[in-house]
Amino acid sequence: MRYAMAIDTRKCVGCSDCVVACQTENNVPVGFCRDWVVEIVDGTYPNVSIELRTERCNHCDNSPCVRCCPTGASHFEDGGIVLVDHNKCIGCGACIQSCPYDARYSHPDGYVDKCTFCIHRVREGKNPACVSVCPTNCMHFGDLDDPNSEIVNVLKNRKFKSLAPEAGTKPQIFYLV
Amino acid sequence: MKEELFASGRNIPNIDPYLNIWHWQIPGYLFLGGLAAGILLFASFFTIMGKENKMEATVKKAPMIVPFALVLGLFFLFLDLKHKLYFWQLYTTVRYESPMSWGAWVLMAITPLSILWAASYIRELFPKWDWKYDILKKAEKWLIANRILMAWPMGALAVILGIYTGILLSAFNARPLWNTSILGPLFLVSGMSTGAAVIMLMSKDHKEKKIIGRIDILLIVVELFFIIHLFMGFLAGSEVQINAANLFLGGKFTAPFFAFVVILGLIFPAVLEIFELKGYKVPIVIPAILILLGGLIFRFLMVEAGQITRYLY
Repeated sequence: MRYAMAIDTRKCVGCSDCVVACQTENNVPVGFCRDWVVEIVDGTYPNVSIELRTERCNHCDNSPCVRCCPTGASHFEDGGIVLVDHNKCIGCGACIQSCPYDARYSHPDGYVDKCTFCIHRVREGKNPACVSVCPTNCMHFGDLDDPNSEIVNVLKNRKFKSLAPEAGTKPQIFYLV
Repeated sequence: MKEELFASGRNIPNIDPYLNIWHWQIPGYLFLGGLAAGILLFASFFTIMGKENKMEATVKKAPMIVPFALVLGLFFLFLDLKHKLYFWQLYTTVRYESPMSWGAWVLMAITPLSILWAASYIRELFPKWDWKYDILKKAEKWLIANRILMAWPMGALAVILGIYTGILLSAFNARPLWNTSILGPLFLVSGMSTGAAVIMLMSKDHKEKKIIGRIDILLIVVELFFIIHLFMGFLAGSEVQINAANLFLGGKFTAPFFAFVVILGLIFPAVLEIFELKGYKVPIVIPAILILLGGLIFRFLMVEAGQITRYLY
């Protein structure tokens, strides 16, 4: 089992519904977020291209955050989901430094927090909150090891990229371009 | 033209607009750890060479401050933790892949060892000191008889501690300025140089000062070479590494780095030490303090600048 996400940058309209859904679902403190939307504008008017994409923890296969954690608080769950055990986290900040995506933050309660792929929902067979609310249906979540899953199908038929693959982290969020 | 913005308005404290999660505590600890490692390395080296009576400040006096430096450094690390009450979790696991875990365990070993070392010399330096209990007196006798036995592991742990202060940063692939293996040796040499500066400040023996001064000049030369290598490596690297080097070669860290670290912290004190060796009267306080300040500022700049550097995507 290998959970992953495919995000269609050609469908995303940047409404930030995923961000709000995550904040509500996971009780993210005000002023913080586990996912966010970036807008990249390339070129000069009238020759401009825009890419919108929603970003979050990439639940990397070769996670520097899991490697550098001195207590084992950052760990892999089934399906490759990277989680932080709040009762083991000492808040040293090593994982925040190690993440090329700046996907982690220090929760006001002290521990480090980040996207969990909504593991509590996934275990019940539901999609993560961000995926389930997306009004343009631009996000696909699923198991890469299941040849019949929607995400495998999408990745087979579309061109995609991942963020900073040169960092060697083997990110598991794929952006359809 | 390429422009990137957060459409969802992200502004997380200490993460945006650029990472700033580590403040003064980390460079403060790196400085104290390096300094302690330097002193202990000299102390164990000259003990193993059988020179403890010729190098009094190196072997006996300077190690007295090491336990204080290490405990203060550990306290700084504790202050840096955001989930402080869980700090003991560090000592429930050994994680080979995590430099911070290594550091925690090395400190766990070297701090008590440095306390024992200081305790074995305390009556020699403070003759009025009384251990009061017989068992402590017996323990002291054993320690005094077995200093060589302590010196070997202490020297080895000091090298690991000194290198670790650099590896702690260099293990972070996501921060291009830190992600170079030369940082380990560079921080070790810099820590040894600050340790030598403390010894020179505490020594009253002209011969000892001369020996340590000579070693320090060599260390400074090696450190300068390492710094040149650091930037050469970056400039021959990928775009993010070139950007990292440019922070110090024309960017906003150029002036403090070259003024306070390279010139006032390394070249100028080395020149003063050379003059001293040639027989000119130079108060040793000046180069020693400059080296200490240079080492401290160097660590502050590296930690601050490293957090700004990042992958581009």
